[in-house]
Amino acid sequence: MTQFDPGENSASIASVTDRVRPVRIGAPVIAAHFLGENAAFVGAEENVFLVSGQGEVTPAAVHGGGILCAASDGARLVMGGDDGRLVSLDAKGEVTLLATDAKRRWIDNVALHPDGAFAWSVGKTAFVRSGRGEEKSFDVPSTVGGLAFAPKGLRLAIAHYNGVTLWFPNMVATAEVLEWAGSHLAVTFSPDNKFLVTAMHEPALHGWRLADSRHMRMTGYPGRVRSMSWSAGGKALATSGADTVILWPFGSKDGPMGKEPAMLAPLQARVSAVACHPKQDILAAGYSDGTILMVRIADGAEILVRKNGGAQVAGLAWNSKGTLLAFAAEDGDAGLLEL
Amino acid sequence: MSELTSQKIPVTVLTGYLGAGKTTLLNRILSENHGKKYAVIVNEFGEIGIDNDLIIGADEEVFEMNNGCVCCTVRGDLVRILEGLMKRKGKFDAIIVETTGLADPAPVAQTFFVDEDVQKNARLDAVVTVADAKWLSDRLKDAPEAKNQIAFADVIVLNKTDLVSKAELAEVEARIRAINPYAKLHRTERCRVALSDVLERGAFDLDRILELEPEFLEVGDDHDHHHDHDHHHHDHDHGHGLKHYHDEDMQSLSLRSDKPLDATKFMPWLQNLVASEGQKILRSKGILAFSDDDDRYVFQGVHMMLEGDHQRAWKEGEPRESRLVFIGRELPEQIIRDGFERCITT
Repeated sequence: MTQFDPGENSASIASVTDRVRPVRIGAPVIAAHFLGENAAFVGAEENVFLVSGQGEVTPAAVHGGGILCAASDGARLVMGGDDGRLVSLDAKGEVTLLATDAKRRWIDNVALHPDGAFAWSVGKTAFVRSGRGEEKSFDVPSTVGGLAFAPKGLRLAIAHYNGVTLWFPNMVATAEVLEWAGSHLAVTFSPDNKFLVTAMHEPALHGWRLADSRHMRMTGYPGRVRSMSWSAGGKALATSGADTVILWPFGSKDGPMGKEPAMLAPLQARVSAVACHPKQDILAAGYSDGTILMVRIADGAEILVRKNGGAQVAGLAWNSKGTLLAFAAEDGDAGLLEL
Repeated sequence: MSELTSQKIPVTVLTGYLGAGKTTLLNRILSENHGKKYAVIVNEFGEIGIDNDLIIGADEEVFEMNNGCVCCTVRGDLVRILEGLMKRKGKFDAIIVETTGLADPAPVAQTFFVDEDVQKNARLDAVVTVADAKWLSDRLKDAPEAKNQIAFADVIVLNKTDLVSKAELAEVEARIRAINPYAKLHRTERCRVALSDVLERGAFDLDRILELEPEFLEVGDDHDHHHDHDHHHHDHDHGHGLKHYHDEDMQSLSLRSDKPLDATKFMPWLQNLVASEGQKILRSKGILAFSDDDDRYVFQGVHMMLEGDHQRAWKEGEPRESRLVFIGRELPEQIIRDGFERCITT
């Protein structure tokens, strides 16, 4: 398969299930990433499982307990655990200890910067270590819910209760606070650096246009949004949390203000994970009933990657070229699909 | 909910005013040889003398929900910690949440009503309040938090009974009963209580709402208690020599009817009641007999949040009687009684 081809017959959905290489992880999985050409399945506890294109599984011991957060830039996978450790794993399977909390508190969030800097949080404190190894910290008024680096400059968004703090670790200026009532968890910048979006504890997203801090309320979800992914080029934000993929338009200067989202790939199950293709306008969506679909953003055409049955889909990831899709269900039933 | 209940991890909430003995009870739970492993969420590290990698420090972060309901608060830290703990499912049997001495138990309990993910994995088992026999009477006068914790409790561990006289003990028990006549009360020294009396109580399990009778006088009480069941908790003599108090602002109210209720009137009435008076109502529970319904209906609530279900068929010969209990602050008793009367079929 070289391109997205949903087939002629619209009555029966095209399927590539026979082309999936099944992978048995044998442990609960919380996320999928790529490290180079290896898929990296993050276990709920202790291990990351590196899987080659041939389906060979190699575990790497990263934590002495639960793994609470993970972020990857394709070259490194950085994780925080309930053992109070922040560790990094590279494509060769080498594990590096980056930081340890002295009181063994949980490391709840992690974010990576393209220049090598990284950030993590413990309770109400966010830490940044620059590419040169300098470490700085910043306290917010309540426990950090999520972290994200802006695509340009060294600027960290720290989500918390009642808003997001934007902090420039290298500047003396006071941090900027974007306020909105409620508990903000995951946070993400649009790739063009114009918008900031948070997934809230309640079933809603909240967004700000960074130029003028104008609010964008994105509501109507039946469940909490746990997975967000920007489409290739950043024109749309795909999200989980409903029984269709909810796709908010960010192509214009007003973003989704006053617009309805696109609703793709409806099923009788809730979307639990989304991952947009890095180059084409295609996304992969995983559901609470175990189904995985590839969906063309333009017209919502679908291709079946995994049939329903089994546990909820926990993670989806594309390699950087967009030639491999990795997926895993919560129970560790995983697979690779080559395009 | 019942089949799933057993797979969900039970969560016990441990409250109590400063110095009452929460940490003593917690240490007892953790050190006793029961073959069970507990994950413990504490508000201060270091007080627990036991090494356990499943002891998690928490900041009590009470979050308001954006739904316009002022008493609709949850513990944000608890949502996060429970989610993290679920990654280690199978490594522990139950969870204990210790609150600070000044905490209101409601946001903890409401977290289990509001959060979908918490509900999927965990269930609230009971609110256990440790009270100091020597100082509780004073605290009930000057600390609204202490009163809240007693009103909210399913189980009360009345601790340090060795430090008070028999008369003082009777006095403090009467004060507790004036606020909450329904909780199980255990008198202890140094929190010596059977763990089965505080853990695995199923106090929030709809299937275990069996009867709603005041838990008056328990073990060790030498009085005869054939008292009138239509108890209104005012100052009155039961003829067994025990003093009765009426708490100025926290009361319980019980309603009953042996005539069936009209479900089409009762349900909207109850929902309206908790919507308008939910701030005052801390806990509510009921067993209901509806007309044209052969099943017992049970419900329970915390402030404005309610959950209810058909529990089982009424048994042969079992009196089909409806019974409701509210515990709260400045309850508008007459309005509630009148409203309830209008739901009774004639």
